[in-house]
Amino acid sequence: MSSHPKPEPVGDVVGASVPKPDAREKVTGRAVYTDDLRVPGMLHGVLLGSPHAHARILSYDTSLAKALPGVRAVLTAEDLPPVDIGAVIKDQPLLARGKVRYVGEPVAAVAAVDPTTARRALELIRVQYEVLPPVFDAEAALRPDAPVLHAPRGPGHPNAASHIRLIEGEPDGAWAKCDVIIEDVYETPAQQHIYLEPCSTLAEVDPDTGRITLHTSTQTAFRVQAITAEALAVPMSRIRVLVPRVGGAFGGKVESTNQPITAALALATGAPVKMTFSRTDDMTMMRSRHGARIHMRTGATRDGRILARQVRIYFDTGAYADDGPFVANIGSYFARGPYRIPHVDVECWCVYTNKLRAGAFRGFGNPQIHFASEVQVDRLAEALGMDPIELRLRNALETGEKWLGGAPVESGTLHACLERAREVSDWQRRRQRAPPAPGKRRGIGMAAVAHVSGLLGSSATVRINEDGSVNVSTGAVDTGQGSDTALAQVAAGALGVPLSQLHFSRPDTDTSPYDWCTGGTRTTFTVGHVITQACEQVREQLFEHASAMLQRPVQQLELRPGGHVGVRGEPGTSVSFGAISGYALYVAGGPILASARWLFPAWQLDTQRTHVEGLTSMGNGFFVFAAQVAEVEVDELTGHVEVLEAWSVHDVGRVINPAAAEGQIQGGFVQGLGYALTEELLWKEGHLLNPTMGGYKVPGALDVPRAIHSVLLEHPAGPGPFGAKGVAEVSLVGVAPAICNAIRHATGANIRRIPATGERVLRELLARETQGGH
Amino acid sequence: MSDKVSLSLCLNGAEHALTVAPERTLLDVLREDVRATGTRRGCDEGNCGACTVLVDGVPVLSCLTLAVRMRGRAITTVEGVQTGAELHPVQRALVRHGAVQCGFCMSGIVLTAKALLERNPSPTAEEVRQALGSNVCRCSGYARVVEAIVSLGGRP
Repeated sequence: MSSHPKPEPVGDVVGASVPKPDAREKVTGRAVYTDDLRVPGMLHGVLLGSPHAHARILSYDTSLAKALPGVRAVLTAEDLPPVDIGAVIKDQPLLARGKVRYVGEPVAAVAAVDPTTARRALELIRVQYEVLPPVFDAEAALRPDAPVLHAPRGPGHPNAASHIRLIEGEPDGAWAKCDVIIEDVYETPAQQHIYLEPCSTLAEVDPDTGRITLHTSTQTAFRVQAITAEALAVPMSRIRVLVPRVGGAFGGKVESTNQPITAALALATGAPVKMTFSRTDDMTMMRSRHGARIHMRTGATRDGRILARQVRIYFDTGAYADDGPFVANIGSYFARGPYRIPHVDVECWCVYTNKLRAGAFRGFGNPQIHFASEVQVDRLAEALGMDPIELRLRNALETGEKWLGGAPVESGTLHACLERAREVSDWQRRRQRAPPAPGKRRGIGMAAVAHVSGLLGSSATVRINEDGSVNVSTGAVDTGQGSDTALAQVAAGALGVPLSQLHFSRPDTDTSPYDWCTGGTRTTFTVGHVITQACEQVREQLFEHASAMLQRPVQQLELRPGGHVGVRGEPGTSVSFGAISGYALYVAGGPILASARWLFPAWQLDTQRTHVEGLTSMGNGFFVFAAQVAEVEVDELTGHVEVLEAWSVHDVGRVINPAAAEGQIQGGFVQGLGYALTEELLWKEGHLLNPTMGGYKVPGALDVPRAIHSVLLEHPAGPGPFGAKGVAEVSLVGVAPAICNAIRHATGANIRRIPATGERVLRELLARETQGGH
Repeated sequence: MSDKVSLSLCLNGAEHALTVAPERTLLDVLREDVRATGTRRGCDEGNCGACTVLVDGVPVLSCLTLAVRMRGRAITTVEGVQTGAELHPVQRALVRHGAVQCGFCMSGIVLTAKALLERNPSPTAEEVRQALGSNVCRCSGYARVVEAIVSLGGRP
């Protein structure tokens, strides 16, 4: 991939903190989100959730609900095609069929003239269940006598959605050579996205053609189109998807949300139906991050060479596989960390339990494994009497070295990130511990971070209008992170036009070129790549015409800021894009337009090097690196942890929009802070105890550090636009271990389970005191 | 279901004659009856702040407020903050500082900040954080939001 040319942007738009074009409409309230839409005759949809974690459905009686005035449709699985959907395993019905597998699982859907009537109808639906024994713990679900959620598929364990094994070197023999070995069990919570805009869809059916138009809050117009078509057994061409403004997503809107069932209600009633979840329905029916339990052992020599690691991961995917097997892939793939550890044994289980399904969430398996790995590496440093950054520097992979499974690290900038983090955080001095406030203990901790940028397919079309302005169309969804702005800057920089002369289209499956999804830290990187490729073709067309118009060979031409093609070395000789476009439209060649497409190449694991089971290739690639540092104060009386200051150092390759990148990093840090300290879905007997934003605590303005320093390093490399790399997920991945390492530095408490609530921190502190130290 | 009552709502300086059921919230009436959809519904139970409006200049969670209690009160929603095409300084600062991501929290934050600046024209960062205590933002980590609001007061 290093063979890709890296042209320099024209003008100064790339690297500028230009305001986002949609910011104005968002601060004035004019921005239109899906729930803001209303069309004549529109009905309101709601879903009935299961009261049981695991039960057989014996019968339905919907007659009372259907008889309620104002009710237009009541659907159960019996009214839907017998289709199961799922990104990896086809195991999810739109509405529970035959049995329910988690409390809150949608069992019936109602469309009525107003939300109140629709909710009242839910109360009139009678479902008879035969309760089955449930299982709530991933390891327990693998026991031979565990209740089985799904009909067994093949020879493996019936509750295993996936099982992976990766072995390199000779892990069994390596332990004897280790001078220090640390072993622990780590647990991470089911964090929830809490995108501020609950899931929402408006479905309209054209009475003449039967065509379904969906307006919906999603990360991907094209996946929604494909999944809805599959679920309703209708041709994809009958479905059009449009995406209004999206009020946050973070992975929670990667797969279908309520689009297929809303479309089913629209088909059943022949009327437009809008379904907007209440916060509690969203929290009980949608998804969370995978809770994980990770058994990890790492050994090193006295001089700080990490020699061996053994890992066993259990990802709890809840009632349905959803993106769980993909999450397990990433978790396994990152289990060695960004280190050259010669002897590694990774085993990973992705397991069904009778809880809310877990799916994609910023970091995608990586925050879980980073928590275990980075806390353990820190303890290793402690046991070796080494500085934590020093130990990481000694073992960090560099350019040209191989990842677990054999993929090359093409731009190994972890060293640069670690060194900059040490410098900007004034690490050496703060490690000496400034005197804390009375009753508090202070400490500083860090984590090394690696992630991947790039995944699957994208395309872009770029055209020059008659007046020389530029239209760019990609199909990529801006979920609020600012990709529309960054991608417009990429196009403007590739062609040398001001942003005011560039129109960036919103996704529409009828007219936009395909984009797989806004996810996997891929949009700026992958879609940016295809935009630069399409712009390069457009440049060639512009030059071809300009050559004829200016009577100069193409080799002498250059792009000039402001949308001009000029002759190199002759400032006075140029022709505008508008003039060239007119020439193309009316004299020769035809309209100027180009498209480019790309499928990010999957990496086939090197089976010569690595013993591989359950994973043959990785679709994600291009490693990106970061280092995160947190300074904390721990209250001795309450165990409460306050993060005082934070540093997040990222190699972004090339900065497209500094303000946007820094804002995304700060936001990622705070989501990671929530993961580390407060956020956790809690269940009792399968019932979610905290499905409200009152019971589930996301960080507020008073809970965040007084300064989160985003530091952007530029080591351009790879196929991203002008050498840019992704940053979206990376900023969350290392936060929990950095904070927990700081807690240990402050107090000695070895936090192995997050969130590190006051109670858990206190318990660790007390345990430490009873043991009389470590 | 109770009988509907008539209600004159003073919204952004204009009177709206409405007929509403007494149990309906201000948020509902704003979004569904007046179609002022700039006021967002994030949780509908007073935990997220996306539905914040000003009642006689004071920030109020419209999802916890009955519409009929608003007789004789002056309500300001995000639609009433700018003057013509001119953005309010708070709105301008949020845009300029790159504080806006998904935007769903922004209506509430704009109004909370406006009320804060009216009673305290030069808030410190700590005072801004205190004022924003009820406004959840899931994207920005608050850093640029606080920076934008503080920048208006000319204090560090």
